[in-house]
Amino acid sequence: MAVMTYREAVKRALDEEMARDENVIFFGEDVGAAGGVFKVTPGLFEKYGGVRVRDTPISENAIIGAGIGAAVTGLRPVVELMFADFAAVTLDQIINQAAKFRYMSGGQLKVPLVIRAAQGGGAGFASQHSQCVETWFMHAPGLKVVVPSNPADVLGLLKTAIRDDNPVVFLEHKVQYAEKGEVPDDEHIIPFGVANVVRAGSDVTIVATQRMVAVAVNAAEELAKEGISCEVIDPRTLVPLDLETIIASVQKTGRLMTVEEAPHAGGWGAEVATRVTDQAIWSLESPVVRVTLEGALIPFSAPLEDYVIPNKGRVVAAIHRMLDV
Amino acid sequence: MANPLSPELRLHMLTRMLEIRYCEERIQELFLENVIRGTTHLCIGQEGVSVGMAAVIDAPRGDTVTCTYRGHGHALALGMSLRSMMAEMMGKEAGCCKGKGGSMHLTNMDIGLIGTFAIVGAGLPVTNGAALTAQIKGTGAVSISIFGDGTPNIGAWHEAVNLAAVWKLPAVFLCENNLYGEYSSYASTAPVDNVADRAAAYGIPGIIVDGQDPEAVKATIQEAVDRARAGQGPTLIEAKTYRYKGHSRTDTAPYRPAGELEQWLARDPINILADRMKADGQLTDSQLQQMHTTAQEAVQEATTWALEQPYPPLEAVYEDIWVN
Repeated sequence: MAVMTYREAVKRALDEEMARDENVIFFGEDVGAAGGVFKVTPGLFEKYGGVRVRDTPISENAIIGAGIGAAVTGLRPVVELMFADFAAVTLDQIINQAAKFRYMSGGQLKVPLVIRAAQGGGAGFASQHSQCVETWFMHAPGLKVVVPSNPADVLGLLKTAIRDDNPVVFLEHKVQYAEKGEVPDDEHIIPFGVANVVRAGSDVTIVATQRMVAVAVNAAEELAKEGISCEVIDPRTLVPLDLETIIASVQKTGRLMTVEEAPHAGGWGAEVATRVTDQAIWSLESPVVRVTLEGALIPFSAPLEDYVIPNKGRVVAAIHRMLDV
Repeated sequence: MANPLSPELRLHMLTRMLEIRYCEERIQELFLENVIRGTTHLCIGQEGVSVGMAAVIDAPRGDTVTCTYRGHGHALALGMSLRSMMAEMMGKEAGCCKGKGGSMHLTNMDIGLIGTFAIVGAGLPVTNGAALTAQIKGTGAVSISIFGDGTPNIGAWHEAVNLAAVWKLPAVFLCENNLYGEYSSYASTAPVDNVADRAAAYGIPGIIVDGQDPEAVKATIQEAVDRARAGQGPTLIEAKTYRYKGHSRTDTAPYRPAGELEQWLARDPINILADRMKADGQLTDSQLQQMHTTAQEAVQEATTWALEQPYPPLEAVYEDIWVN
């Protein structure tokens, strides 16, 4: 086991897959010579050259479109959108084109495209550079949606994404880039749709993604001191979603909470809650509770941003209310 | 014409143009009879661009095409069968996209057609990707994106032309300027006289060609394709043409000035090529009449066949969302 950062894991996955398969190419704004604005991919341009690693103009439609066209003609492009918020500039290419090509062509086309982007708040970037955007893509059938929470998962899931024949939206949390974790030295592949039970527990099931996983774990540790046992589940991929693991946990604990760094309305937690109540309502001993962004948008000012993003205190308080303690 | 095409290619082009013309007319009838649902965008009058373009495309080599929803003619010119086309129009399982696409969404990779795109401007960025594959793999293939005169007013067009120019992609951007973007005239929506003028902004050639002359279209695209295959980057071509019908099914085109249609009818691409072939002793009036009859019969045969085909099974709604 080597210890590496979240951003190093992204680069290792790209490096390994580009070395393994010459059809893997990588392009985006400033990803080449500059190594990415988040310094995630330094060295790839030098190692693989300007044919396979390319800087693009600031043209999100052109970037995604070129990825789609290259994918349907035999390459396996990985494209970077820098900030995930910029996906809004090119939703047509992602949602109307990439997601629907296979279906609308009657199965003739396949789009093995990975769209990487950095999402999430906590870095003082204000509302247009801080959103968690996973639910934008969950509502576009045909796209897979990946939300890794630690370096080992970044490595294993990005490699799977690159090998997948479907378009994959791979969302990295920008505040986690510097986080370190143990990563296997050998080939590390994590299949999609397999949740990670981060912490076992018996009283409450907490489902959380990315930066919220640590928030949930910290809350669970504090609650453990009071004798409240929380099971923390990281679904790792939202499409496909490992509902089986979540339901099995709820059947054990009888309670479900989601912790989402996103607006309440239409969040992924609502989808999880609906599906759990649909399939396991009689296992629930209390209503599902969703901890989401306070307010709705990410503000610039530091104390305000700290306030809106779910934290340990809010999770602990919500569980106290849930258990009426 | 400096270099007339071979008699065989001329005959092929004329045959295809007649099939496209009669197929489009039949499609309109079927829409009005409610046999075909949704909407449709006919290319009657623009057949010369379709066959001129298709004569350059080498699908086995990897050449690809993206185009707009006014794409029936391009699909047929590239080699889509009338049966496959008609069945798709009717939402039948035997259609080119198993009935999931319809009039605006035709794909057949065997003939190089990545797709006809229902979103204005969406095809150009995708054509760049196909051209990128060709560039990286060194196949010598090109990708052509075909669009209307309204498309250069959308952002994706500029992003794509710019990227293709910067990366010197083997792409050809072919505008069919039929004078109207939906219901609005070109002059009322664009600040430059010609779409080709916009090429200057991207440092690529901008060429204007008579879209009613299939041989001229073919020659012009051939030159651009040769440039692309030689690694010299993309070309913007503007084919001046005209759609005899309105924008879509319900549009009777009342906005057109009196006499405009008649002027263009006098320059019909089928007549232009047929007259030239007759003048060169390659076609007689009776042969041409027979070609008309054959095309009509082929369209009717495909229509009858498609009408008899089954709709897709309901289970198809679950299929082809994902690659398993």
